[in-house]
Amino acid sequence: MTQFTPFASLIGGMMIGLSAVLLMLWEGRVAGISGIASRLLPPYRDGIFLSRFGFVVGLVAAPLATMALTGEMVARTVSPNIPVMVAAGLLVGFGTVWGNGCTSGHGVCGLSRLSVRSFVATGVFMAFAFATVLVTRHVI
Amino acid sequence: MAFLVNLALGLLFGVGLIVSGMSDPAKVLNFLDLFGTWDPSLALVMGGAVLTAFIGYRIVLKRARPIAGGGFHSPTKNNIDARVLAGPAIFGIGWGLSGFCPGPALTAIGLGATGTLAFVPAMIVGMWAARFVVETHPLTSRA
Repeated sequence: MTQFTPFASLIGGMMIGLSAVLLMLWEGRVAGISGIASRLLPPYRDGIFLSRFGFVVGLVAAPLATMALTGEMVARTVSPNIPVMVAAGLLVGFGTVWGNGCTSGHGVCGLSRLSVRSFVATGVFMAFAFATVLVTRHVI
Repeated sequence: MAFLVNLALGLLFGVGLIVSGMSDPAKVLNFLDLFGTWDPSLALVMGGAVLTAFIGYRIVLKRARPIAGGGFHSPTKNNIDARVLAGPAIFGIGWGLSGFCPGPALTAIGLGATGTLAFVPAMIVGMWAARFVVETHPLTSRA
């Protein structure tokens, strides 16, 4: 079980949305994490490697900054099943780049821009994620 | 300057993931477990983020151009093709298996759990493979 945290989740969600808005204001790009992270790999086309690198460094540093500020550990429960996590990583990496977006690019930014393509993509990945958990937790 | 501004925005995004609970795979998997230990919190993360970005984008996009850089680069594709169906389907299975999507996985690196250290390199290989296929077979994988 995990606690229902409506207030913290709403505030955290608004911080994510604000980051996306400020990135659009600063350099006119959507905050899609799979797009930003995958373009740190070559080939490089548009000369904004440093921007993307900065954003990813910020993401990686976020739990360390949070722990430094609050003095509390960041709670994280990650499956220790290595074969499953490797398979999941391959699927997430390939699927997000092949489908041009993840929870942030299609979900947050795409829905906010009322993109039909992102509505479809978000519906598909939500449906497959719900179905996968249904199978792994209640069928197998 | 571009590096520092993006670093600050990445921090804001990442702290948002942590505050909201989205960065914890256990919470994500419980959100996805409709018929078990369902935790609806993440619907509020998505709601808060989309509402903020929906309003914020409308204000920002009234400008002629962003502060840095020549113009706005919103994605322009709006067609429904095989890639935008198959990609999210593959991603959804991986998300349901692990509880990780790309953002939360990146914020987990510094915490060094075994599962994270298996997931993140595999995710990078998957991203590279998809880019390789898109770059080398542009006709068969045109989006």
